[in-house]
Amino acid sequence: MDNLYNYILTIADNCLILGQRLGELCGHGPSLETDIAVTNISLDLIGQTRSYYQYAAEIEGKGRTEDDIAFLRLEKEYKNCLLVEQPNEHFGYVIGRQYLWDTYHYLFLSELQGSADEILAAIAKKAIKEVSYHKRFSGDWVKRLGDGTNESRGKMQEAICDLWPYVDELFDMTGVGTDLIENRVAVDLSALKEAYYEQVFELLSEATLDVPERKYFIYGGKKGVHSEHLGYLLTDLQYMQRAYPNMEW
Amino acid sequence: MKKTWPLWEVFVRSKNGLEHRHFGSLRAADAEMALENARDVYTRRMEGVSIWVVESKNITASNPENNGELFEPAQDKVYRHPTFYKLPDELKHM
Repeated sequence: MDNLYNYILTIADNCLILGQRLGELCGHGPSLETDIAVTNISLDLIGQTRSYYQYAAEIEGKGRTEDDIAFLRLEKEYKNCLLVEQPNEHFGYVIGRQYLWDTYHYLFLSELQGSADEILAAIAKKAIKEVSYHKRFSGDWVKRLGDGTNESRGKMQEAICDLWPYVDELFDMTGVGTDLIENRVAVDLSALKEAYYEQVFELLSEATLDVPERKYFIYGGKKGVHSEHLGYLLTDLQYMQRAYPNMEW
Repeated sequence: MKKTWPLWEVFVRSKNGLEHRHFGSLRAADAEMALENARDVYTRRMEGVSIWVVESKNITASNPENNGELFEPAQDKVYRHPTFYKLPDELKHM
């Protein structure tokens, strides 16, 4: 059961951390319309997180709640990949990070729908409709900015190049117990890789952007070894529960 | 170059069988973006099953200064309303 609990966290922590990152844009988006769009995506992701954490808390069986899991862990206990914790920098980063994540997320959920674990399969079936829209939104924006003005193209390319080293970690199987693969509970991430890069390359070329040539990738988030950005994010995220334990509103 | 996107008017059908109603306006670079923005801005609480967007500049509006000649002549012609019919209770949305 420990393996299943940990596996759920490797999925859900991505949704929580990216949801929090996007939430930072609430009231600060570049326009009213995009502000609402990214906060809608944020809320979708937080909603998915809740389903996963509720299930994780039940499996753990120690009387903890979804909130305990979300707010009361230490930095190294979060198992999200490095990509989703990267800061917003500018709108090109927000969109680049979102597109690189959404493409993976969609492929992942497509497979998770067939999981032998009925609850995970049900969460995936519900979430994939939301993620299908996220992917369209971020993909459209990558094309608009890439194939836009010189300035927008430069910023979009900068973001894709800077985020690229974090992409390969998406397919890293750290935190996935072998029994879960044998029992067909977990998704074999390596099987998603080819389709992922194919789709991303195609969209980047449509957006007139260059595929970064970098062959060196950074891993660590799934093991709990995070970039310096996560600590600050968690400080915001956890503040209320740390300062006022068990506070509800 | 203009710094703002063009303005669009958004019409939403709240359920099948009803007409599209004007919900509001928003800014978008083109029709495709206007549809996506409309989805995010106006249908996030399950308000709709269908969206129309039309660029505001394509709408021709009547001039309020002409309201007298346009609308007042209808005021004393109550017989143009079908108010003498009894509507069955089952009939909604009239």
